[in-house]
Amino acid sequence: MEPAISVRGLRKSFGDQVVLDGLDLTVPEGSVFALLGPNGSGKTTTVDILSTLTPADAGQVRVAGFDVAREARSVRGAIAVTGQFTAVDNLLTGAENLRLVADLLHLGRTKGAARAADLLERFDLVEAATAHPSTYSGGMRRKLDLAMGLMGEPRIVFLDEPTTGLDPRSRRAVWDVVRGLVADGVTVLLTTQYLEEADQLADRIGVLDGGRLVAEGTATELKRQVPGASVRLLFADRRPLDEAARLFPSAAVDADALALDVPSDGGVRALKDVLARLDDAAIEVADLTLQIPDLDDVFLALTGRPTPEEVPS
Amino acid sequence: MTAMGLTISDSTTMLRRNLTRAKRYPGLTLITAAVPIVMLLLFVFVFGGTLGAGLGGPSGGRAEYADYLTPGLLVLAVGAAAQGTAIAVAMDMTEGIIARFRTMSISRGAVLAGHVVGAVVQTLIGLVPVVGVALLVGFRPSANALEWLAAIGFVALVSFAISWFCVALGLHSKTVEGASNLPMPLMLLPFFGSGFVPVDSMPAGLRWFAEHQPFTPFIETLRGLLTGTEIGSSAVISGAWCAVIALVGYLWARRNYENRPAR
Repeated sequence: MEPAISVRGLRKSFGDQVVLDGLDLTVPEGSVFALLGPNGSGKTTTVDILSTLTPADAGQVRVAGFDVAREARSVRGAIAVTGQFTAVDNLLTGAENLRLVADLLHLGRTKGAARAADLLERFDLVEAATAHPSTYSGGMRRKLDLAMGLMGEPRIVFLDEPTTGLDPRSRRAVWDVVRGLVADGVTVLLTTQYLEEADQLADRIGVLDGGRLVAEGTATELKRQVPGASVRLLFADRRPLDEAARLFPSAAVDADALALDVPSDGGVRALKDVLARLDDAAIEVADLTLQIPDLDDVFLALTGRPTPEEVPS
Repeated sequence: MTAMGLTISDSTTMLRRNLTRAKRYPGLTLITAAVPIVMLLLFVFVFGGTLGAGLGGPSGGRAEYADYLTPGLLVLAVGAAAQGTAIAVAMDMTEGIIARFRTMSISRGAVLAGHVVGAVVQTLIGLVPVVGVALLVGFRPSANALEWLAAIGFVALVSFAISWFCVALGLHSKTVEGASNLPMPLMLLPFFGSGFVPVDSMPAGLRWFAEHQPFTPFIETLRGLLTGTEIGSSAVISGAWCAVIALVGYLWARRNYENRPAR
């Protein structure tokens, strides 16, 4: 089956500034893919190109089985986009905004009204429906924005930094919406600069830096790609610790904690190997933990920069 | 639905959106209607006595000038309203919702067509008080019902053409301020035409310009329909100008809309 999103060799420059430098990306249908990267890494440009807003300079981009350059209209029929800047009409009420979208989708009055009512209910916007979005909180605006996107029952949803600038509660509400979409089989491509968000929502994460993916995989796979993973062995007393230390010369001894950190790639095979060698030497281990670097370490290792600041709460 | 049906349906939706927005943000519409009224009062009461005497008609004076001036001012009012359209379009383009429209499978021209048709409707409504004040200060049209209908249709046509051009200007402008300045010449063209004085009274070079710019045939056609002066070839020339202005405006507006940066 053709993936929901397939990108090959995507390039885009604005003037002499190269924003995307040969991006490759594949998102299978029904999965959530997070593009993780700092500001200016090309996340928004990627979403703009995939959602037909901006033409690519080079490369092949297929969304929902259609070419974004040649079959833009078919692509538009299958997608919804929620950008960083809320795409609602501030002079229309919440309900009027939804009706506008329903009319543009040619849903018909009954069907449009039913779906609008359903979405208002689902996003907890019923009371706000008759008010203008300028009176909404940031989270409510984002939810109305999402609701407008979902009126057309899209198969693929692009969320460009969906929780940037939201308070933690609104952020959780948006996350719940995304999880709901996934449960309905919708494919989601989201961009974020928050590692926690990618970790929480995404099946796969791509780390975008300098206009290309510098790493891709599940959160766990990414964490394993960076050096620094280790198996921490804890012992009941000093004697087995010293014996084990002789067995693994590269390990670091933490005498106070009666612990030994054995470098490892964090994988199962390496762990088994450690255990087997301990077993052969008949060394008693009291406890064991896997020390895996978190995504912050991954980010630093892959991009050479510390992660951006976390969401202000 | 056919492609044509979809375009009409989407444009109607956009028209409804624009009219709702105009109703909730009426300042722009009111200002563009107020300018011609102020000018009407200024020209009839301050300059009208002298200018009317210069027309050389049987009665002369202020009343005759009101008859001469009103059609020109109505065309000027169409230009003033179109300036409001350019501003409204530029303001609209700063809204995030335009990005949503561009990612939806809707007729590409619908957003723009909605603005144009909305502008024509607003222009016609905005002209009603101008005509009312003109009647109060002595405008005595000779038009019968049919001629009034033709005049309304003609004003709608001119407004349609100029609105396409101003939608393009509004899209072309990087800022709302720019959109408010670019259409300024539209307000001046009636002065360099037959809007305020007959072109025969102008020096040769200016007279040549006045006779060959679009606003003179616009004004002469409307003046003929409302006050019974000779229209001659003005109607046909006006039709041709409208077709050219509308087409250029449409193509330019479409290009500006498609090539806009994402946001």
